[in-house]
Amino acid sequence: MANHYETVFIMTPVLSEDQMKETVQKFENILTGKGAEIVHQENWGLRKLEYPIQKKSSGFYHLFEYKADGNMVGELELQFRRDERIMRFLTVTMDKYAIAFAEKRRSNHKEKVTKEEKPVVEKEIVNEEPQTEEKA
Amino acid sequence: MAQQNDIKYIAPVAVDIKKKKYCRFKKSGIKYIDYKDAEFLKKFVNEQGKILPRRLTGTSLKYQKKVAQAVKRARHLALLPFVTDNLKSN
Repeated sequence: MANHYETVFIMTPVLSEDQMKETVQKFENILTGKGAEIVHQENWGLRKLEYPIQKKSSGFYHLFEYKADGNMVGELELQFRRDERIMRFLTVTMDKYAIAFAEKRRSNHKEKVTKEEKPVVEKEIVNEEPQTEEKA
Repeated sequence: MAQQNDIKYIAPVAVDIKKKKYCRFKKSGIKYIDYKDAEFLKKFVNEQGKILPRRLTGTSLKYQKKVAQAVKRARHLALLPFVTDNLKSN
């Protein structure tokens, strides 16, 4: 019986970019290692908190959307509690409306990303051209 | 004479024609209220960060419950404050 879940968690701002990615990787491994299927994940980066948590005023936000058995949520949350890099987490069971909303949100994000990527790709091409000329 | 004066005040003073309130979720067909969208949820809290009552926003009971749930989730994730002053000006 696989349910659809969504987990958002906040990591301490003390971590470096690499340490943050490593932490995310750890929890991704925990999820996949127990047979969960990750549908989507999102990194919101360093964000300001509306109120201080553990005397920190900012944190790295990360979102997992996954299909898993109910008992796995408990295991994941236990790991969150044991890890001192995690300041806060929230797991929500997604109903059909939530899933529809998440899909819509994702497609909106993708459109934005592709729009942002286009000029970047053009820049890269411009950068590559002088390099090839130099080699030639 | 005094009684007559009192009656003046008891009688309804000319009130502006009330605009009928409506539930914005029912009207626009929104089925799910996202707790991650703090800017949207700020429409349903006052400047101290308190959830506005149904009688002010016109939200139907079904969606007021969902709004409240979403605001509480957002607070837990520090996307919305539990208490502040001047939330709207920030």
